[in-house]
Amino acid sequence: MKCLVTGSNVKVLGKAVHSLSRIGDELYLEPLEDGLSLRTVNSSRSAYACFLFAPLFFQQYQAATPGQDPLRCKILMKSFLSVFRSLAMLEKTVEKCCISLNGRSSRLVVQLYCKYGVRKTHNLSFQDCESLQAVFDPAVCPHVLCAPARVLGEAVLPFPPALAEVTLGIGRGHRIILRSYQEEAGEGARHGLGQGAEMGWDGAGPRFPPVAVPTDSTVKAMVTEMSIGGEDFQQLQAQEGVAITFCLKEFRGLLSFAESANLSLSIYFDGPGRPAIFAIKDSLLDGHFVLATLSEPDPHPQDLRAPELQQPAPQLQAHSTPHLDDFALDDIDSYMIAMETTVGSEGSRTLPSTSLSPGFQPHCSPGSHSEEEDDTEPSTVPGTPPPKKFRSLFFGSILAPAHSPQGPSPVLAEDSEGEG
Amino acid sequence: MWCELEQENFFSEFQMEGVSAENNAIYLELTSENLSRALKTAQNARVLKIKLTNKHFPCLTVSIELLSVSSSSRVVTHDIPVKVIPRKLWKDLQEPTVPDADVSIYLPVLKTMKSIVEKMKNISNHLIIEANLNGELNLKIETELVCVTTHFKDLENPPLASENASQDRNSEQMAEVHIDIRKLLQFLAGQQVNPTKATCNIVKNKIVHFDLLHEDVSLQYFIPALS
Repeated sequence: MKCLVTGSNVKVLGKAVHSLSRIGDELYLEPLEDGLSLRTVNSSRSAYACFLFAPLFFQQYQAATPGQDPLRCKILMKSFLSVFRSLAMLEKTVEKCCISLNGRSSRLVVQLYCKYGVRKTHNLSFQDCESLQAVFDPAVCPHVLCAPARVLGEAVLPFPPALAEVTLGIGRGHRIILRSYQEEAGEGARHGLGQGAEMGWDGAGPRFPPVAVPTDSTVKAMVTEMSIGGEDFQQLQAQEGVAITFCLKEFRGLLSFAESANLSLSIYFDGPGRPAIFAIKDSLLDGHFVLATLSEPDPHPQDLRAPELQQPAPQLQAHSTPHLDDFALDDIDSYMIAMETTVGSEGSRTLPSTSLSPGFQPHCSPGSHSEEEDDTEPSTVPGTPPPKKFRSLFFGSILAPAHSPQGPSPVLAEDSEGEG
Repeated sequence: MWCELEQENFFSEFQMEGVSAENNAIYLELTSENLSRALKTAQNARVLKIKLTNKHFPCLTVSIELLSVSSSSRVVTHDIPVKVIPRKLWKDLQEPTVPDADVSIYLPVLKTMKSIVEKMKNISNHLIIEANLNGELNLKIETELVCVTTHFKDLENPPLASENASQDRNSEQMAEVHIDIRKLLQFLAGQQVNPTKATCNIVKNKIVHFDLLHEDVSLQYFIPALS
């Protein structure tokens, strides 16, 4: 494989790597016929990100030497990022960037051709791996929002950088509402209503996740809400009252890229618990971030919920972020974005199903209490996984393409949460 | 730190009902960082409203309508959790009284003071402020190896309030107080604009009191002496 990037595209590539680094610790690099794909997934598989750079993005693009199978590799994100760490330096001094991989060497070579004849060569070790793909299809999502990245950037500006999760909803009069989501831990947390009459919402407003109110006087966090008119959006196809909660930190990764490239960002989503797809696209590249969303807890009698908006049981739960240490992971099997890994050149990225498939035994942190701990049963799977697909990320790269595990496999040892 | 703002100078609408007619006040406790962050988003605000609300717990709701290029309005709302302070604790929160100062002097340009104190902080945490009634203010740090003093001259002194003072006092005599330099730096770092009036009152070896007047706001900062 050999790819040559020149001029300002080097910085674009660097920015994409920075965005991906917000999600996962490993970068999957795969040269495809329709371009070079860079993918990553986070450790709890609740976030997946992918950038695809078309051949035209490169001055020279050779996916594979003729006669050879295309190579796929998995690199430590930290290593790859270190090449592109200083975006200012990339912009000022780097003229060309060449990424090459030949089957014989065990190193991915990234060379930066800089001004004044300086050439920096990085030899990065990698692992052969299977192709990483998430199963998602924007076309299946009933709700779509599309806005210039600048608008969304301004929308998240009032939120503190440290805020983990945010709820996005559609309010009355087609206003788009973003509200900081507070994860309330602590014994005896009770569910309360989301913001009620004060904000002018009634039952027809967005159903924000109930605010859990600690009964002891622990430090309560500030709640910030931003409301934007639908006119600022290029596309708004969503019911009033719909709301999803996702990880803001992960979203910011894509948002900063989209802002710097001056692109529009589309959000495809369904209901709470279903993954939300954030997409950007231009003629030379496209990017997709798929983030799991928080599912709703059991309905409470006080909830002002119009009957038609009730979620059908069983509820698929989603854990939107691995960052919160106290978060009890009830049924990790249903938290995952469905992932598919294949041997061979099945390069198609989107498949017509959005199924969330079970993977592992539940892993519960002892003692911690969360609003999602309820009595819903483990998720029902809409259909068993097709024979060729299997979970491989936790099992390493042992491949058995002909069959899949018969049921959930026990987790033998799990990485501790949190990125390094 | 004590700061007072006259509401008429800031708000076009102000409605408040205190605990009772005789105690027409409300005392709230909140995390200042929350309020500061909320107000930061109001830089391009058309309208700002602050309300005391109760959303499962008492909140100061700051509601900001932003200037927007598009036809639709943008509204940011911050709910800042507050604690309502019961009336029996109000007496602890009154404006501190300062004993009569030994020396009062007008401060030099705060920015200059800040850059000097910042450099001094690297040498020692223990700062001596001294001033006299002759318009001289010194900032001193002393360590085993080095002594650094910055002299400010030709500052003015405000007219003395107390009667028994001036005649006996030698106007050249310095009144000094030893303080933690970091506290002084915290105070100086927070000043964005030069105040209309800035006075430094020193009570020998006890306390230094900074009294600033910006157009509509009075700000007082008390730093006790190191024991």
